[in-house]
Amino acid sequence: MMRACLVALLSHWWRNPLQLFAFLAGLALATALWSGVQAINAEARASYDAAATTLGEGQYDQLVPRQGNAIAQDVYVGLRRAGWLVSPVIEGRLADVRLVGIDVLTAPGGLGAAEMDQAMAIADPEARALLFANAATARALEGVAEVQADPGVAPGVAVGDVGVVQRLLGRDDLSRLLVLPEQPMGRPDLASVAPQLRVQSSQQAADLEQLTDSFHLNLTAFGLLSFAVGLFIVHSTIGLAFEQRRGMIRTLRSLGVPLRLLTGVIIVEMLSLAFIAAAVGIFLGYLIAGLLLPDVAATLRGLYGAQISGTLELRAEWWLSGLLMSLLGTGAALAGRIWQIRRMPLLASVRPRAWAMAGAGRVRWLTIASVLLLGSAAVLGVVGSGLLAAFTLLAFLLVGAALALPVLAGVVLGLVQARTTAPVWNWFWADTRQQLPGLSLALMALLLAVSANIGVSTMVSSFRLTFTGFLDQRLAPELFIEVDSARQSTALEAYLSDQGLEVLPLLTASRQIEGQPARLFGLRVSPTYRDNWVFLAATPDAWDSVDAGSAVVVNEQLARRAGLWVGDVVNVAPELTLPIAAVVGDYGNPKGQVITSQAVFRDLYPDSYPAQFGVRSDNVPRLRQKIVEEVGLSENAMTNQAAVKAISMEVFERTFTVTQALNVLTLGVAGFAILTSLLTLADLRVPQLAPVWALGLTRRRLARLELLRAVALSLLVFICAVPLGLALAWVLLNIVNVEAFGWRLPMYLFPGDYIVLGGYAIVAALLAATWPALRLVRTPPATLLKVFANER
Amino acid sequence: MNVRLLLCLCLFPFAVMAQGFSGLGTDAEGFAKPRPDPVFRFPADHGPHPEYRIEWWYLTANLDGPDGTPYGLQWTLFRSALAPGEAEGWTSPQIWFAHAAVTTPEQHMATERFARGGIGQAGVEAAPFRAWIDDWTLEGPDFDTLTLRASGPDFSYDMSLSAEGPLVFHGAEGFSVKSAKGQASYYYSQPFFRIEGTLRLPETEVAVTGNAWLDREWSSQPLADTQSGWDWFSLAFKDGAKLMGFQLRQTDGSQYSAATWITADGTTTAYRDGAFAAKPLATSDVAGRAVPTEWRVLLPDRGVDVTVSALNPQAWMDLTIPYWEGPVRFSGSHEGRGYLEMTGYE
Repeated sequence: MMRACLVALLSHWWRNPLQLFAFLAGLALATALWSGVQAINAEARASYDAAATTLGEGQYDQLVPRQGNAIAQDVYVGLRRAGWLVSPVIEGRLADVRLVGIDVLTAPGGLGAAEMDQAMAIADPEARALLFANAATARALEGVAEVQADPGVAPGVAVGDVGVVQRLLGRDDLSRLLVLPEQPMGRPDLASVAPQLRVQSSQQAADLEQLTDSFHLNLTAFGLLSFAVGLFIVHSTIGLAFEQRRGMIRTLRSLGVPLRLLTGVIIVEMLSLAFIAAAVGIFLGYLIAGLLLPDVAATLRGLYGAQISGTLELRAEWWLSGLLMSLLGTGAALAGRIWQIRRMPLLASVRPRAWAMAGAGRVRWLTIASVLLLGSAAVLGVVGSGLLAAFTLLAFLLVGAALALPVLAGVVLGLVQARTTAPVWNWFWADTRQQLPGLSLALMALLLAVSANIGVSTMVSSFRLTFTGFLDQRLAPELFIEVDSARQSTALEAYLSDQGLEVLPLLTASRQIEGQPARLFGLRVSPTYRDNWVFLAATPDAWDSVDAGSAVVVNEQLARRAGLWVGDVVNVAPELTLPIAAVVGDYGNPKGQVITSQAVFRDLYPDSYPAQFGVRSDNVPRLRQKIVEEVGLSENAMTNQAAVKAISMEVFERTFTVTQALNVLTLGVAGFAILTSLLTLADLRVPQLAPVWALGLTRRRLARLELLRAVALSLLVFICAVPLGLALAWVLLNIVNVEAFGWRLPMYLFPGDYIVLGGYAIVAALLAATWPALRLVRTPPATLLKVFANER
Repeated sequence: MNVRLLLCLCLFPFAVMAQGFSGLGTDAEGFAKPRPDPVFRFPADHGPHPEYRIEWWYLTANLDGPDGTPYGLQWTLFRSALAPGEAEGWTSPQIWFAHAAVTTPEQHMATERFARGGIGQAGVEAAPFRAWIDDWTLEGPDFDTLTLRASGPDFSYDMSLSAEGPLVFHGAEGFSVKSAKGQASYYYSQPFFRIEGTLRLPETEVAVTGNAWLDREWSSQPLADTQSGWDWFSLAFKDGAKLMGFQLRQTDGSQYSAATWITADGTTTAYRDGAFAAKPLATSDVAGRAVPTEWRVLLPDRGVDVTVSALNPQAWMDLTIPYWEGPVRFSGSHEGRGYLEMTGYE
């Protein structure tokens, strides 16, 4: 009996391959986007973990030079001879790979590659240069050094013995020293043994994970959105399939199939199909992630300096989660239907329930749910804080608005219908209203996709506008110069002052300020700053007080994260607390900044010298040449403003490539949702169309009306999507961005973009409606006539 | 530090299987081998011999605090070569590591250091004598007057030593045979040090005085591949004589032993296999192992029949290469104190 039952149920899909395709494709797409995003996140997380184990990043305190980036080897030996347990590390770049050399004997346990003890082949008379790296990095180093593959090594890094790496880099010094956690008693303090070094605590390096967390949360949110849209398709397909099989189910039950067996078979059938769809989806997700990963990697590198692998690996966390999500989603959609089947009386009528679907109870339920969600969103907006609350607010806002759409559409269509008197048009609007429940899921999907597009594109464009203006301000000096030593610094400054140019020397150091990773700047207050910098909030003579050393300027990130603003005091150093004279915008910077005068900076760091200079000049090429000739700096030490601006803009663009790609995909999924809804509804529509056709409306006219309906509905959705999208943009700019990055962006509107987007939405709906319309045109009259003959 | 590092320290780079305790039984291919009838040149031979695989400067001391509390102290610098010879910089094939320990009746603290050769972090110079690794030093204008320093997370010491007797050579004029197959090392000692200084313990600082014994040994394959470890005794008798005796435990259950009897004026008598015997009397549960901490030591030729017992049975060196080393007392036919080292107890 089970077999017969199964065959009967499966025959439905055989006769309606389109529905099967819609179900499988919808679920596959949803799973693809979700698992793709999760794959990217999982890859990034694995890379951070690998970096921590291979290189001890975030685990150990380090000794780093106060100036420059090299430590003489004698300093290391001297420290050890004085009783400091430190371990040498040398770093450099070769063939675009980060080489790291450690000393296996002194390094803290677990550092380096697992096979690294073999590196004791330093004693090999042939002196092979042996490195350890994962497979991708090993390929990059082909011909340069001998590499042993070790998948546990962080991506983009090759690890080897100190001596080996020194030889490869052509250096004989070290980059930094790791401080082992256990130190002997009675050792002298650092200042007496190695005054040119300072301690960098492990906490500063561990912040990388915090900084990149928000980026990954953004990705996950997009994955969820896509999954939700895909689930809409699944829900509608399952619903329609059940509607059409009600007759079959009634027949099976009256033939004696037990209810339990029936529901069991249905569940098994649905979940198996879901499994197949999920498998396809995971494969697609792998492809999508593989395509997007290089851009994500570039973004993370440019924005945070984080290094993640450019190649994707199959990890259980993302494909398993994709599988579970799709099975759960299908299960959730199934549950309601199964419950209905169980309640269905054995001999219930199986007339098409097109009318019943438009029941008043449904409208009431939708209204209540929508009001609740929108209300919660508003409450969260007022009282909530933190990134999670912000995203929850977004979710409530989107879902609440989506649920309100059918209700709203019904009201609007009803109003329009009341105004029309011509019979065809009256019928047209009434028919549209009647179709609304069947199409509502697809329309909700379209609403979400279009508003997400509007919201994100508003945010991106506002950002681009603000960022360009910001870069113009901050990058006012035409030439940037970096020097290596104090001697070069004084020589350069002297030369430039002699030429009568406006010089902007910059003293900088990293330190923890107000409990966050931050940079302290000491600058010479000059007309360039006064003329170009625009503050978010400032006291009347902010620059004067900074110049006098009695106040500081902080960037927006530090101010927001520490809960400070103009007038409050900031703890710059243990003995130094200064009031904030102004808060400046600092877009795209994850770290805080505190800006003081040179005098204050020199008090904190007595031996520092300006290592960076900004120079105002009318003739940049000539100035560059003269500096090379007369001061003796290399060409590479100087960059002009245009180059810096281009790099900044490039980082910015790549940040949003990923979100743009996901946007496009989501819109595609929504369009597909409409198509499948219309196609699957087409069969149900025959009894509604037959009488109208019999009254004289040609099939061609009907088809044209179908297309018009699609346009009308998508236009309605678009009109609803615009305010929703703008609300989304506002939340993103003013709440999510502030929570995630610490700075607020002004919101600009781009009506032209929205109109174009509306056009795309309408075109998508039109395209989706074309095929069903064509099918309608080609419906043989006999089918339409049969409606009257075969009343069930 | 992981176990593989341990292996590679004693391993010839072309991956020969490690044998015996700490790989010391591995074949000495490529390295120089000790030969009978050695000729020692001092002070040069106080320094390192890079053509040999393994070498150490091994100091143990029995100390007394001002209130009579006995203490034990150890300072050992090991040189282990991956290949014969020396080179400058990181390519040097010499690996240096050191152990330092302090034993009180209640506590035993041990710590270790590792360093690469060739960069100046560790090394030994013969004249003036200087042996160092990190901030641990054993140095002086000559081998008879030395200062000793070491530090660990919970202890440190600062001592000065002066020799009150001549150097002593073990085995056949310094050629000390370890097995019937002929494995041997060059082995001499300075057992006549007078030592005094300060011990810094976790809670207190103690001024101590006592006697110290410095062993110098180098070879390329000190153990046969059938030997699993050894028990080494250095005993200082009340009348001024001293005894060095060791027995190597073979895998078939038998022993190979040797001993040196040292009179108070430094005259030595070497005893070959069979003359010296040490039988375990009682074991203690030390670091999860059953380790004999009470021994019966016999040297019938000199009428020695003593019971040797550990001052602190828990003197386990919980380091990358683990073994037992601690101060002992003995009584019976003679009385005195000394040091005991037991290796190879798993």
